Amino acid sequence: MLKIENLHTTVGGHEILKGLSLDVPAGEVHAIMGPNGSGKSTLSYTVAGRDGYAASEGAVMLEGTNILGLAPDVRAAKGLFLSFQHPMEIPGVQTMTFIRTALNAQRRARGEAEVSAADFIRLIREKAKLVGLDDAKLKRPFNVGFSGGEKKRMEMLQLAIFEPRFAIMDETDSGLDIDALKMVGDVVNALRGPERGFLIITHYQRLLHYIKPDRVHVLAGGRIVKSGAAGLAAELEKSGYEQFIEAA
Amino acid sequence: MVEATYKEGIDKATVAATASLETYKYGFTTDVQSAKPPKGLNEDTVRYISAKKEEPDWLLEWRLVAFRRWLTMEEPTWAMVDYPQIDYQDAYYYSEPASGAKYESIDDVPPEILADFEKLGIPLREAEVLLGVEGAAASAAEARMGEASNADGGGRKVAVDAVFDSVSVATTFKNELAKAGVIFLSFSEAVREHPDLVRKYLGTVVPTSDNFFATLNSAVFSDGTFVYVPEGVKCPMELSTYFRINEANTGQFERTLIIVAPGAYVSYLEGCTAPMRDENQLHAAVVELIIEDDAEIKYSTVQNWYPGDKDGKGGIYNFVTKRADCRGVNAKVSWTQVETGSAITWKYPSCILRGDNSQGEFYSIAITNNHQQADTGTKMIHLGKNTRSRIISKGISAGKSNSTYRGLVSVHRKADNVRNFTQCDSLLIGNECGAHTIPYVEAKNPSAILEHEATTSRLSEDQLFYCRQRGLSEEDAVALLVNGFCKDVLQKLPMEFAVEAQKLVSVSLEGSVG
Repeated sequence: MLKIENLHTTVGGHEILKGLSLDVPAGEVHAIMGPNGSGKSTLSYTVAGRDGYAASEGAVMLEGTNILGLAPDVRAAKGLFLSFQHPMEIPGVQTMTFIRTALNAQRRARGEAEVSAADFIRLIREKAKLVGLDDAKLKRPFNVGFSGGEKKRMEMLQLAIFEPRFAIMDETDSGLDIDALKMVGDVVNALRGPERGFLIITHYQRLLHYIKPDRVHVLAGGRIVKSGAAGLAAELEKSGYEQFIEAA
Repeated sequence: MVEATYKEGIDKATVAATASLETYKYGFTTDVQSAKPPKGLNEDTVRYISAKKEEPDWLLEWRLVAFRRWLTMEEPTWAMVDYPQIDYQDAYYYSEPASGAKYESIDDVPPEILADFEKLGIPLREAEVLLGVEGAAASAAEARMGEASNADGGGRKVAVDAVFDSVSVATTFKNELAKAGVIFLSFSEAVREHPDLVRKYLGTVVPTSDNFFATLNSAVFSDGTFVYVPEGVKCPMELSTYFRINEANTGQFERTLIIVAPGAYVSYLEGCTAPMRDENQLHAAVVELIIEDDAEIKYSTVQNWYPGDKDGKGGIYNFVTKRADCRGVNAKVSWTQVETGSAITWKYPSCILRGDNSQGEFYSIAITNNHQQADTGTKMIHLGKNTRSRIISKGISAGKSNSTYRGLVSVHRKADNVRNFTQCDSLLIGNECGAHTIPYVEAKNPSAILEHEATTSRLSEDQLFYCRQRGLSEEDAVALLVNGFCKDVLQKLPMEFAVEAQKLVSVSLEGSVG
């Protein structure tokens, strides 16, 4: 589903990703763990197409299409979703308006009909309940003045509404309490299915108690240095990343 | 988008240029035979205009006094705008359709002019809603989805005075308004039909000696709008004037005079466009508002004069004097402006808060792109006790443009308990534009409480990327972020025009990123 081949990315003159390869087949959830500075955020930005994070080499195949070189909004319309580590605030734009504008932009790009205002209100209310956001938040400017936890809930709300083909979750667990972690697990588990893939980027294994990954990869020095089954996460928690930093 | 059906009678090159740019969709010209005095400006020009308008002697004399005064004045240079010396002798000061300037009914208006306004979406037949904002009520309600919406279901009537170059070609709903006692006429008609009212109020807010451009206007003003709302009357519909410059090398000098008697209310909107031309054209208007006891005027402007091309060639010089005089106690005025057009904007809608407890408000969005320059702001002159004013200014600069907020808050010695709140926010898009905030404060009464907040920010790459990851194209993302930035002001516009203004904000910034 998402196949990354020999990806190299240079940011501000420094090569951060140095030949990263990874294959997440449809229907699977993979986790990437790694120490600070190993290139986790660079990976998510490169795949999503942020300015300044262009790959110098390699390919990122989403359902058989190389998406490198496509505009970020085109990648989004193809079904790529990135849950941000630090979600943005958008002053003056109501949450409902923002999400509906985005949803309909994606749908238009795919040649699908737009969602009507009435249908959208029903949809967002239902999903907001799922992620634990009350209706009053939906009427406020997008993320403005929200707590860190609320912003992450807002990311999960968008995940639940957009129903992307492939979602990258960049440190979604950071700053979340146990109830919120469980909510993230519930949302992701409900969306798991044979047609969808997830890549969960994290420092810690605690989110992985709620979302059981099919594979765990260790990212260090801009490459995947070890891959294994779900048990690898617990092993890392015990032994730390140091061995891999040296190896890289 | 310019459609192929516009081709007849219109300069094809202009249509093609507009279509290719898609950023200024009002840039077409209309072929109308016009009658003009010789180029240049002297006493004969002033007499020509006055005679064309069949004006009484006092008004000719008033113009001549202004003209003689103007000859002694110097063009102001303090604004942060830069343009070549204007040759005032190299322009026409009056232009009317050759078929004459007076139309008894809409059927007498030349079809080319009717078609021109139709293209602009301005209905000169008394249609129910403005064509240009078709469906606006519905989409505005949608845009405000989930918020308390005061939508009353569209179909609201808007009366229009349409000014084509120097002449008002049609004024709609005159009779219906007259039943309510509201006088809504072109300025020329008002001079003929209500000379005493015009004489009583003309020049009492902006005197003929006021400033270089206002004095020039006083000498050569051609047409404009006159509104009188009698005591206790809430004007039953929105009033609007639509200004269109069509002729080349012609200045437009309109004069608007609005009087609201005690306890009366009116909401008024002006819109403006001009063809795309390579030379600069001067637009020097004067607007005078007079507000009596317990009366209120809500004055909105959507200024979309041709801004020049992306290299800074052509465009309108918009040098305008607008002032409101709150003469009565509890008088209230609000200026709301969305300034997206013109090569240069020089404009400071002001409030004289003379009556005790009177209130002045100024809400402004000024967008500059490419080589546009805007020096705009307001003056709040607090003369009465307990007077209050509020200023919210949003400046957006993109391309190589420059935007300046220049504002004065002045509190006079006898004005006790004055309150002012000023907020000036600037948003920069790209690295080659500039934003400046120049607030002046003069407080001569120690009881005044004046607050000023100012911010300057750059359109954030993080926000842009976030929006694009969610599926918005670059232009849609910029439009969304900028509309969010301007929301406080957009909300102040009458609903029909808020939607148009939002679109205009998006269109003005096309091509500003990347």
